[in-house]
Amino acid sequence: MELTEKHREYWRKNLVITAILLVVWFIATFVEGWYARDLNNVTFLGFPLGFYMSAQGSLIIYVVIIGIYARYMNKLDREYDVHEGEDD
Amino acid sequence: MATVTSNRAFNAQLKKYYSIYTGGFIAFVIALAVAEQVGMSRAWIGYWFLFATIALYATIGIMSRTVDAAEYYVAGRRVPAFFNGMATGADWMSAASFIGMAGTLYLAGFDGLAFVMGWTGGYVLVALFLAPYLRKFGQFTIPDFLGARYGGNIVRSIGIFAAILCSFTYVVAQIYGVGIITSKFTGLEFGVGVFVGLAGILVCSFLGGMRAVTWTQVAQYIILIIAYLTPVVWLGVKHTGIPVPQVAYGPVLQKVGDLEKKITADPKEVEARGLAKAAASEAAAALKDPVKAATERRAALEQRLAKAKADNAPDHVQKSIQQALSNTPTDPAKAQEYWSARRNLGANANPPRKHADPYPGANEQARSTARLNFLGIVFCMMFGTAALPHILMRYYTTPSVRQARTSVFWSLFFIFLLYFTAPCLAVLAKYDVYSNLVGSKFAELPAWAAAWRLVDPALLTITDLNFDGIVQLAEIAIGGDIIVLATPEIAGLPYVVSGLVAAGGLAAALSTADGLLLTIANALSHDLYYKMLDPHASTARRVTVSKILLLVVAIVAAWVTSYKPGNILFLVGAAFSIAASGFFPALVLGVFWKRANKWGAIVGMLVGLGVCLYYMSVTYPFFRDLWGVTAPVASYQWFGINAISAGVFGVPAGLLTIFIVSLLTPEPERQVQELVEHVRYPNLAGDIDTRAT
Repeated sequence: MELTEKHREYWRKNLVITAILLVVWFIATFVEGWYARDLNNVTFLGFPLGFYMSAQGSLIIYVVIIGIYARYMNKLDREYDVHEGEDD
Repeated sequence: MATVTSNRAFNAQLKKYYSIYTGGFIAFVIALAVAEQVGMSRAWIGYWFLFATIALYATIGIMSRTVDAAEYYVAGRRVPAFFNGMATGADWMSAASFIGMAGTLYLAGFDGLAFVMGWTGGYVLVALFLAPYLRKFGQFTIPDFLGARYGGNIVRSIGIFAAILCSFTYVVAQIYGVGIITSKFTGLEFGVGVFVGLAGILVCSFLGGMRAVTWTQVAQYIILIIAYLTPVVWLGVKHTGIPVPQVAYGPVLQKVGDLEKKITADPKEVEARGLAKAAASEAAAALKDPVKAATERRAALEQRLAKAKADNAPDHVQKSIQQALSNTPTDPAKAQEYWSARRNLGANANPPRKHADPYPGANEQARSTARLNFLGIVFCMMFGTAALPHILMRYYTTPSVRQARTSVFWSLFFIFLLYFTAPCLAVLAKYDVYSNLVGSKFAELPAWAAAWRLVDPALLTITDLNFDGIVQLAEIAIGGDIIVLATPEIAGLPYVVSGLVAAGGLAAALSTADGLLLTIANALSHDLYYKMLDPHASTARRVTVSKILLLVVAIVAAWVTSYKPGNILFLVGAAFSIAASGFFPALVLGVFWKRANKWGAIVGMLVGLGVCLYYMSVTYPFFRDLWGVTAPVASYQWFGINAISAGVFGVPAGLLTIFIVSLLTPEPERQVQELVEHVRYPNLAGDIDTRAT
């Protein structure tokens, strides 16, 4: 089995989206956590922002990251013709 | 295509069945609520919830019984994304999440959120690094992947060892939870409770393996989420006026902040804090000779009572002293318990911590260590999530790579529903305690507090330290678990909702225990027995071996649990650190770096595990006592990181070692590189086939 240039491009695109989403994850987790004390000086929806992010905001970001990844990759599979046939 | 239509029909059928099931369960709860109104006793409501739900899980288990290997190990690989998401949710949320989480958040405030973030954010790593690739690989277990990717039995054996080590640590914590819930809500003894629960676990996984576990877990998820949300929504309406308190508790949090300030400054509270400190140190000394100390305390109280009478002190003062007198036992066992409970008052010597404030500490250095430990826990819980075999295994069960990706989304969505509710519950409960319980008269405590302080002093102890007849915050010692258990009563709901919460907690503990036991039994039967000892064993024989092992492992786990091995949170945290250090580096590099080879994986896994276990063994009190380590903990700690977060060092050590050792040894064979290419693409023309049957 030899991989074509198209296959390599599919994998590169996969790596790029993975890297981008990982950066977002890192910011929502560790950067947010590091500055939680400062973020608490801002009020959001009646919450101190640092508390809000750790209790809810970052969690929503995680759900969205996974949703975007699944959508993007499932589309990419079809574009690059590496999708599975027997599935709806 | 035939498969497409059959998959669709299957999905539609499942939706129909589980909708009917959900409706039926709600009808069952309503029927019990009506029965309660016409006089059914609390004990019977407890029994009904316990036995009806276990019977239900058993029925699903029996209906799903199987001897087919693919059905037994991966539920026939036809679990649709949505339902696999629910099953993963139940598999994931354990007794610690269901009962312990809100309590941890109540006690630890912001710093408890490390678990909330860690146990959700880890799914990002599962989605991006593992789930789709494992699904494409398509075998039965995690050691399967390691064995195929790195070749040879050494890597597989290390995988088996790590899988058993972390799953067993975790399953003990679950069975412990099962025992506590059944004994608390039915009055059965702890040991009996453990075995009743165990029977529930076994009928399910024993008969039908992954297939039975999957469909039971979906049913369990539905029960546990209804049970968790119902009382919180009710309490939320009471305090915020909105049935979605999760978005509206910001103002309640502010009110809690105001109450904290008021309580910190209140002279009565200052006095009570001083007395709490004194009482705790008195208790610590008294524990050397509990009976003598109790006798002395009684004498002192009697003197005080006589003086109060002579001075014509107010009635409530005399009553409080009398109450304290009658609470002081001289019976040896009771006196021991009494002083132990009083020693816990030491936690009340300081003003209440500010709930929303991250990383409190006496000075800048303490604060920065607290922050490092917070991020350390987040790190370990996340990487552990992306390495726990019982969770990763679930992504083998979807019909396709595409659905595996979507399934991680549903998994986190269903988990999120509980995890973004827990911080809200903690704040609502705190507001209730600070505004209603604090400041109430001892003679007229809120009903829930009056009831629970009689149940278990470890969950709730209220002592009138300054004999003023009024409850101060410093006089309340609270155990975290009470937050979820007592919420229905705090919200003023009928007992049937308490029964529902118990059923939810049981569902959470049982579903996780099921998944874990299956992982251990599979590691032994599939990886050790079939792949390494007897590769010619027939399918039926393999499944039978797995069933027998499951039984043995379950009994051993229950036996270990009966010794009540302490701190559940540490057990759980340790399981995550071990899984992260042992598996994560080898799994991820196995997919993303073709050059990673056998020797890199072997040395890397051993170094990762070794660093993690070494760090725990010298910094965790239990092990330190075991080895007789006497030098201060701080001299072993790196950057002040606590034992629970040992994975912070294990994961990078593992990654780095695989990297270096792989580069020093020859690159993997062509065949292995083809395998890596194979898992990276959902479908390739002329592809190899790695699926197991």
